[in-house]
Amino acid sequence: MSTAMFGARVQRLADARLVRGEGSFIDDIPLEGALHVAFVRSPFARARILSIDCQAAREMESVAAVYTCDDLGSLDILMPLLIPHPSLDQPRTQRPLARGDVFHVGQPVAMVVALDRYTAEDAIRLIDVDYEPLEVELDLQAAVADGAPRVHEDVANNVAAHFVQSTGDPDGAFARADHITKIKVQVDRSTAAPLECRAVAARWDRVSGELTVWDGTQAPISVRGGLASILGLDEDKVRVTAPDVGGGFGQKVLLFYPDELLVPFAAMQLGRPVKYIEDRNENFIGSSQERTQIHELELAATKDGEVLGLRDSFLHDTGAFIPYGIAIAQVASTSIAGPYRVPNIWVEFKAVYTPTVTITPYRGCGRPQACFAIERAMDKLADELGLDRFEVRRRNLIRDEDFPYRRDGLMFADGLAVEYDSGQYGRALDMMAEHIDLDGFAAEQQEARAEGRYLGLGLGFYVEGTGLGPYEGSHIRIHPITGKVYVNTGLSCQGQGHETVFAQVAADQLGVDASDVIVVEGDTAAFDWGVATFASRAAVVSGNAIHKAAAKVREQVLEAASNMLEAAKEDLVLEGGKVFVNGVPDMAATLAEIATASNPLRYAFNEAAKTSTQFAPASRHDGPALGEGEAPGLEATDYYSPPHAAWAYGVHAAIIEVDPDLCSITFKRYICVHDCGRMINPTLVEGQIMGGIAQGVGGAHYERIEFDEEGNPRNANFMDFLMPYATEVPHAEILHIETPSPLNPLGVKGVGEAGCIPVGQVVASGVADALQPLGIGPLEHVPLTPDMIFTALGGEKEE
Amino acid sequence: MTRRVRQEMARSSADPTRQVSLTVNGEAVTREVSTRLLLSDFLRHELGLTGTHVGCEHGVCGCCTVTLDGAAMRSCLAFAVQVEGADIRTIEGVAGAGDVLHPVQQAFHECHALQCGFCTPGFIMSIVTYFEENKDPDLSDDGIRAALSGNLCRCTGYQNIVKAVRRAHELMKA
Ligand code: FES
Ligand code: FES
Repeated sequence: MSTAMFGARVQRLADARLVRGEGSFIDDIPLEGALHVAFVRSPFARARILSIDCQAAREMESVAAVYTCDDLGSLDILMPLLIPHPSLDQPRTQRPLARGDVFHVGQPVAMVVALDRYTAEDAIRLIDVDYEPLEVELDLQAAVADGAPRVHEDVANNVAAHFVQSTGDPDGAFARADHITKIKVQVDRSTAAPLECRAVAARWDRVSGELTVWDGTQAPISVRGGLASILGLDEDKVRVTAPDVGGGFGQKVLLFYPDELLVPFAAMQLGRPVKYIEDRNENFIGSSQERTQIHELELAATKDGEVLGLRDSFLHDTGAFIPYGIAIAQVASTSIAGPYRVPNIWVEFKAVYTPTVTITPYRGCGRPQACFAIERAMDKLADELGLDRFEVRRRNLIRDEDFPYRRDGLMFADGLAVEYDSGQYGRALDMMAEHIDLDGFAAEQQEARAEGRYLGLGLGFYVEGTGLGPYEGSHIRIHPITGKVYVNTGLSCQGQGHETVFAQVAADQLGVDASDVIVVEGDTAAFDWGVATFASRAAVVSGNAIHKAAAKVREQVLEAASNMLEAAKEDLVLEGGKVFVNGVPDMAATLAEIATASNPLRYAFNEAAKTSTQFAPASRHDGPALGEGEAPGLEATDYYSPPHAAWAYGVHAAIIEVDPDLCSITFKRYICVHDCGRMINPTLVEGQIMGGIAQGVGGAHYERIEFDEEGNPRNANFMDFLMPYATEVPHAEILHIETPSPLNPLGVKGVGEAGCIPVGQVVASGVADALQPLGIGPLEHVPLTPDMIFTALGGEKEE
Repeated sequence: MTRRVRQEMARSSADPTRQVSLTVNGEAVTREVSTRLLLSDFLRHELGLTGTHVGCEHGVCGCCTVTLDGAAMRSCLAFAVQVEGADIRTIEGVAGAGDVLHPVQQAFHECHALQCGFCTPGFIMSIVTYFEENKDPDLSDDGIRAALSGNLCRCTGYQNIVKAVRRAHELMKA
């Protein structure tokens, strides 16, 4: 196979539209006569609804309809539990519109459909809901105590799931240990905050019985399946497209948000297109979030710092509902030993209901929490044993010869065993040590201290199980008129650049330029087998499906060309959009010609088509135009289903300056060494990493969803939720290692989430290192805000 | 599913309206608009210029940045009726004659300075204005980052946007 495109820094194919402002995000799609939706949302974290009076709203002339749960008929259901799990014995999911009780601030109670959004918002103000507020407990640890106020009346201690996994003989390891390190760490709640909020629009064609839904989702095929089943329509009559989507980061993989069901429902009922464009406040109070976990972790080690065993027990905040099952906690629990050769592990978690917006994966999905826990623990172990941080890691990293490295007994979020497929962990750490110039830094740190400035080195290693199944597929066709290659796949894109890397993969097989490949995704009318974009899986799962389908089409091209050119297949070269006989460039046929010739025609609709009509010399005159078992055209479909996750990894470090008076931090340098297997397009890989680091910086120092004691979010807007601007995000130096994954033909691993995973640890360890001369206390909680640094320095809190 | 009888419904909202005349991307426009219609919604929904995006509607993200009489402004923070007589430029008015990309647009593409592209029009408008207002721009990392500090991006981590600003400067000099 030629490798002209794979690995090249091909510029993105999607940019031209987007830089001109010609994208088609959902609210950009003109929908003649569309009505607009606004929701009445609960102002209480937990309350009983005593009455709802919609009369005044219904009487408004520009209101088309007002819905409460009583108006939904068969749609007044508990929405699906997407990922059941045996440990999830108290699953609770939400209703499209609340019936009887509300469980978090922001839960939809009534829906207005009106002429425009302005009027719809007027109408929701006329809807009178009478609530009886109930007691709440926001603190995760207090919520599991006996007698704590319950989110769901019948769920004792608010525990949705309790799950224990282990590998090896953890008790034996702890009995044998010379030293035990204990740590308690916490990561707080954040949110994906894609710059385009969620959006959904729908049109019902009564004559054809077809429902078209535009949904800014990461999972159009799954949404289609769900809509068909809940609305009682044939799948073929429901088309779901995710056009341009302005970022997702996991938030848009959940289905269903209430609006995703209610907007199509209203469009069918009212006979007019209906549109819901979430606003920023609604995104904070109505769309899912992630992160809060509290880990209590112990390491059993020898006096040389070799970790023999690990025990971890953690609480996972799942919000008011658990539609996505225990996926996040399960990923955290199985990633808990990070890159280390810890043969004996016991890990347990409880997923806990709190009266807050639902938790589903946000970029990282449990990995940042697990990484923060194990990495803080490794630093503490090093401190306690008087070892260097690099050294304690070096002694425990999985060695090159250990791969594939299994953790028997730990089951990953795909239902398959944890098995790290490949890597060069030691090399990554050495590269980092060298690149950062440890000796040089030590001298610089000393000099700075002499001047009263505080510099610290932050260090964090991470692993990431990527490319989860079950499968994705691809259909590839060479268009008979233009010779362009069409690639259809079932994912949707939220800015990652799928169209470019997928085109590169197909282009290599078919001897064309990436710009001649047209990738279509996010449209169930184009391809409707597959699952969704999540878990850093697109390049791995769809990428390999495309590779396999393209290899099949390549065979067809060569077969057909061999007939046309009367040359042996082995003598043919496929390059530059055509096939020619090796050494005889004149004996050639373009892909368009080959595609045309592969499709027996009756009508000569253009010059090229003449060669394929029934009286043309090249056509068959001695039997059927298509032999038994033959198919017209050049096209193939194939699928890729990974044996298990492919494990990427990396190490981040930063030089951080801390101002002990302001308790502010400044990044002097930020370095990332990472390995995501073979890279299809290094520029796009770097883009993913830089974006991930920026989100990681947010979660490490700035971003936290704050609730008051009654469960009201206190910072549900961009003014108070501190998302970093360019002035807060460091310049990242990125170094690549490429250890192919043995699991898939392309040798790739995912990279979508990587960047954000270790940043909390990098910041905490960097600040600890910087302020060590001032006797800073433990930093075991992120985001590490200036307040927390102040307290760790022994400062008194002013209320 | 039971279909409802279509309610008798107003064809237009009951909002008071007012006439507004302005220039948008060089074209004269006159419309009768609701007095509470945001400029961002006016551009997007009345004029169909959907390149101006709305990311927060409270003046923080910068997605809705346009220029008003040459100065960058957030179109979500103004009502359409407030810009009577103004000269507005949106992302759709940035590319040159013959549809050649503006150097800032070209630089965004070359430097992979966009991922989802939702923040991109706002950034481009801010940067175009920055260059127009600063004939001798500060192209240090800190200088560029300060110039970008009115716009949020959740995808790129900003690094390639910083690079694109330098590249755009190069293209403009050439
Ligand atoms: S939409 Fe105007 S600043 Fe965010
Ligand atoms: S490119 Fe997605 S928000 Fe900037």
